[in-house]
Amino acid sequence: MYLAPKRGRTAGLTRDERSNLRVGLLFCCPFLLGFLIFTLYPMLASLYWSFTHYDGLNAPRWLGLNNYRFLLTKDDVFRQALSNTLYLVLVGVPIQLLAAFATALLLTMEIRGMAVYRTLYILPAFLPLVPVAFLWSFMFNGENGIVNLALGALHVPEPGWFTDPSWSKPGLVLLFVWTIGTTTIVYIAALQEVPAHLYESAAIDGAGRLRRLWHITIPMSSPATVFNLITIMIATFQIFATSYVLSGGLDSSVGNPQGSMMFYIPYIWQTAFSYLHFGYASAMAWILFLIVMAFTAVLLIVSRRLVYYEGGGH
Amino acid sequence: MAAAPGPPRRPPTGTNGIVARSADASARARQRRRLLRSVRTHLLVGSLGLLYFFPVFWMLLASTRTDAEMFHFPPHIIPQRWAFSNYIDAFNFMPFLQYTWNTTLIAGLNVVGTVLSCSLAAYAFSRVRWHGRTFVFALVLSTMLLPYPVTVIPLYVVFSHLNLVGTFAPLILPSFFGNAFFIFLLRQFFMTLPRELDEAARIDGASHVTIFLRIIIPLARPALGVVAMLTFLNNWTDFLGPKVYLQDPSMYTLSQGMAFFTGQHEFRWTLLMAASVLFVLPIVVVFLAAQRTFIQGIAMTGLKG
Repeated sequence: MYLAPKRGRTAGLTRDERSNLRVGLLFCCPFLLGFLIFTLYPMLASLYWSFTHYDGLNAPRWLGLNNYRFLLTKDDVFRQALSNTLYLVLVGVPIQLLAAFATALLLTMEIRGMAVYRTLYILPAFLPLVPVAFLWSFMFNGENGIVNLALGALHVPEPGWFTDPSWSKPGLVLLFVWTIGTTTIVYIAALQEVPAHLYESAAIDGAGRLRRLWHITIPMSSPATVFNLITIMIATFQIFATSYVLSGGLDSSVGNPQGSMMFYIPYIWQTAFSYLHFGYASAMAWILFLIVMAFTAVLLIVSRRLVYYEGGGH
Repeated sequence: MAAAPGPPRRPPTGTNGIVARSADASARARQRRRLLRSVRTHLLVGSLGLLYFFPVFWMLLASTRTDAEMFHFPPHIIPQRWAFSNYIDAFNFMPFLQYTWNTTLIAGLNVVGTVLSCSLAAYAFSRVRWHGRTFVFALVLSTMLLPYPVTVIPLYVVFSHLNLVGTFAPLILPSFFGNAFFIFLLRQFFMTLPRELDEAARIDGASHVTIFLRIIIPLARPALGVVAMLTFLNNWTDFLGPKVYLQDPSMYTLSQGMAFFTGQHEFRWTLLMAASVLFVLPIVVVFLAAQRTFIQGIAMTGLKG
């Protein structure tokens, strides 16, 4: 790029190319070192350990596929943790996405003082999760929390929330919806990028609000939708602190009531750091990795196809 | 729901001469309609906004209630007796200052490490053309998809062999070796800075280090601010990391300290809420002060992702 004359060629690189390579590697060396120490080595180590029995002290003992076989066929807690987590992903993620999109629509309407409203909607996303989860368990207290008092006043049945295994996860999804602000921000930015002339010409053609939403707003913001879906999904797979707090406190056994709040990473944590089954926990971590990769790949493939059809349809 | 953002409503210019209405009456009607619509929007956005804000409001009120009033039925929305002493009690109930210091130290050093390592890498990915750049950048992006637990177990073993479990080091050291998300964010920002600047500096004989320090860093201050704030926030609120590595209660962070109020026998709800307010307050202040920066930073990564 710096248009220097090519001379002093050794090993296939000009002097400038070599000096650029040196500079590039030099500036990247913290990342590259970190990649080796904090990413590549741990990945390979945990892959190896996932085929062994390993307690962190004694040498790993080779087990072949036994960890995986036991996980997938015999471990009931694992199955419960996986299905609880998938519930959050399959039910909770679409709800969160819709909530973020709807609030972004509201927050891009043209009225004065919108900045104040945006603050109200977005602030909860930045609050620390531990106190937020405590607040949630306070408000959703089954006996006399404010939420159930309000529901009672409206003569609506009052669920036990975090004491009732069939209501604990919906309560958790509500917490996720309340703290969805960062996703909303991405949507707001995307909606503001939609060229105004599209809406103008659609309005001239007589398209109503709903048709403009369906034919302009949703397709035009679809890249943001893909990004948001992937980030919410990864975050959901990694739920940790909230499940501890809402199971009844930071030190209690996680999962209450009746295992309905046992999720993937809390179970990995428990297996590794309470029971010192590092090999078994590594196998779980690798299964999670594969699941997340598969979900991401499916999302990307589906989204590419949708974008293609949209482009071809016009 | 009046949802789709419509075209910006401009007053008709009327310069084309075709408009032949009794302009005055219809203009007034239009104005009334616009006013009505704006009132309706305010009501909708405002009432939902208040609903969003309610939990924070409820936490503030709860933090000033007496134990007796905490679960009183029927509830008093406004406490009958203000118990501001909850704040003092919460402060004394756990080593609040110590935990605040621990949390600040960890978060602060993470900011230093992340800003340093990520801006260096982002420079190499945006301003230097070198063999293997695409490959290394692909490495950066691929680490973003890696779930934390895949690496947390081996890292724990490494740090325990180094006798560093139970110190702050495992929570701080990794930040000095880059973070994929922030490298990406900074690279996106560096790409928007005009190339002529460093090309001119190159002609004047400036080295890459000089260009980085004298040109790019000063211009990138807003993006670096975003990285610093998001890093601080992530570490201020982190729970998993401290839970894995910190064992001595004197080294706990604020997130862990919340456990003090959830003892074996009873929850100290009033104190917990007061402590939560104190824990949340710095975030709220920073957020309100730098809201624009926060929002721009997140929008930037989201849009160009």
